[in-house]
Amino acid sequence: MQELINRAKELLANGTVARVLGWKAGDLPYNPEPAFFTTAEELENFVYNGFCGANLSKYMIAASKLEGKTMVCLKPCDSYSFNQLIKEHRVDREKAYIVGVGCMGKLSIEKVKELGIKGVTAVSGAEMADGAETLTFQTLYGEKSCAYSDAMLERCHVCKGKEHVIYDELIGESKDTKDAERFAEVEKIEAMSPAEKFAFFQKELSKCIRCNACRNVCPACSCRKCVFDSTKFDSDQKANVDSFEEKMFHVIRAFHVAGRCTDCGECSRVCPQGIPLHLFNRKFIKDINELYGDFQAGADAETKGPLTNFTFDDAEPSIVTNR
Amino acid sequence: MYKIAKENLTALFQLMAAERDIYAPVNNGGQVNFEAWAEGAEVDLDTLKSVKSPKDAFFPQSENLYTCYRDGKKITIQPEELRHEDFVVFGMKACDVKGVEVLDKVFLSEPVDTFYAARRAHGTIVALACHEPEETCFCKVFGIDCAEPVADVATWMVEGELYWKALTEKGEALTKAVASLLTETDDAKVEAEKTAIRAIVEKLPYSNLSLEGWNGDALTEKFESPIWEDLYKPCLACGTCTFVCPTCQCYDIKDYDTGHGVQRYRCWDSCMYSDFTMMAHGNNRTSQMQRFRQRFMHKLVYFPANNDSMYSCVGCGRCVEKCPASLNIVKVIKAFENQGGDR
Repeated sequence: MQELINRAKELLANGTVARVLGWKAGDLPYNPEPAFFTTAEELENFVYNGFCGANLSKYMIAASKLEGKTMVCLKPCDSYSFNQLIKEHRVDREKAYIVGVGCMGKLSIEKVKELGIKGVTAVSGAEMADGAETLTFQTLYGEKSCAYSDAMLERCHVCKGKEHVIYDELIGESKDTKDAERFAEVEKIEAMSPAEKFAFFQKELSKCIRCNACRNVCPACSCRKCVFDSTKFDSDQKANVDSFEEKMFHVIRAFHVAGRCTDCGECSRVCPQGIPLHLFNRKFIKDINELYGDFQAGADAETKGPLTNFTFDDAEPSIVTNR
Repeated sequence: MYKIAKENLTALFQLMAAERDIYAPVNNGGQVNFEAWAEGAEVDLDTLKSVKSPKDAFFPQSENLYTCYRDGKKITIQPEELRHEDFVVFGMKACDVKGVEVLDKVFLSEPVDTFYAARRAHGTIVALACHEPEETCFCKVFGIDCAEPVADVATWMVEGELYWKALTEKGEALTKAVASLLTETDDAKVEAEKTAIRAIVEKLPYSNLSLEGWNGDALTEKFESPIWEDLYKPCLACGTCTFVCPTCQCYDIKDYDTGHGVQRYRCWDSCMYSDFTMMAHGNNRTSQMQRFRQRFMHKLVYFPANNDSMYSCVGCGRCVEKCPASLNIVKVIKAFENQGGDR
């Protein structure tokens, strides 16, 4: 972390960048927030640890419109989102100085709580330098511990890899955290009967409170004005008369990001109701892989996406009925 | 003081449900929220905080106001019936009960909101003391004692038994209705529980948060502070904080085209949303900084200015837990304290 801070100070001092986009220490051991730093003094509050799950690529849409370059800290998976945003002309590559930061897998305080650990006042093992296998918590109810990987976000269990797909320089080591198959959950749902599928999604989506956190955090949801924010659209951003709307919102959103979603997992990370929203997107990714050949959105900034390109080998629409 | 063994709670719910609806914290797909209780529901009294506050019981996220039907040239307007059956909200925490008091200030003052008033008249609140407060809690800052909730009935869960004490007429009536399941007891264990809870509260990291400088008179200096320009930046403009909050009371009224009529309904609104308070001339808050500022100014300045110095935050800490960007009211209060935001 200190190396990152030193480098940030250097880049600010020599005028390479006008600001640094990273994370600021929170007031609890697990709640750092995304933050812009403009001075060496402010950087004293810079933090980078296991709880820095937020994907900062999305903030680069706004930062691209500011004067001067922004040094942005991107984890390997965040770099896919950045590439995708370049492809969609939503960020300016020239306005970014990308420091690819190492990643040991990101932690979720929700997961920690699910393990029965509550009243957390201090955590050890979450620092990058630790590379710890175990997390130890000081809580109001005594010392508790758990395996690092048990507190990891779902997305880290199906990690896309340690490589950054775009960067100006790299700082810090990464760790292999993948211990599950990316499409295993999707396959489980595919194997369900239509009635079971409906019941599954009904149960999950009925928890939705229409807070729009999934949409607002999503790097693929970068429309300046979302259709759901229109006062002229019958189905708008708030709760509606019936629960049909929740389903419509999520299904429309999944279709809209299909082929562009990098599977960064932010939607599921931020959902206050713990809805596994990534499953929708991952189903699309799996289908795209099967119909058009393996495709990873954001792997580079140039390749045309299978759904925004036409080739004579494309799957015919009839494929849907044949499947 | 009465008590009932935890394993008899299902019988208690069944008995209560015979004559009234019950809203209780129910685990649905891994998340605990207040829901209408039905036989077989997985009631969870151990999880400290429901994701959403229980304010839905009195002020639902979405509710119909009236429906218009068209039949040829005839238009019928059918108002929604007001709540006329009794119900119980079981397991509310002290902060959430105080949250209802905040909502009362809004909805029960003139002009009275009849939908809300009807629910308040028919609702009985059974509150549960917080056995194990968490690090995100700061109810003490608002003068709330989570060891001794003030509601129609106060309860404590101690060593597998629920202790029960009626505090109002409504509470006495409910106690009478379930008397067959309750046994009389002294309050020794409850007193010990209260002491234990209060000892934990003293140790909570936010318990000594200072609200100095936040009051109804602080309007100009707080509003014009340059701090907001920094504070709002990580905000994603989602509505999570407002929708999990026990005191956020803003709502929108909309028409839904049913195809053969119109359903006029209201739903929670969020000051974080771009069409919040949209009027014919446009929107009076055009930036996210302004929307962000509105939320905290409302809770800590505007509300106390209009309601005898009562803040419209109760320190439940849900926003602390749920904000996707780890922003929250505590960080705002601290930022003003640390950076002398009134400069």
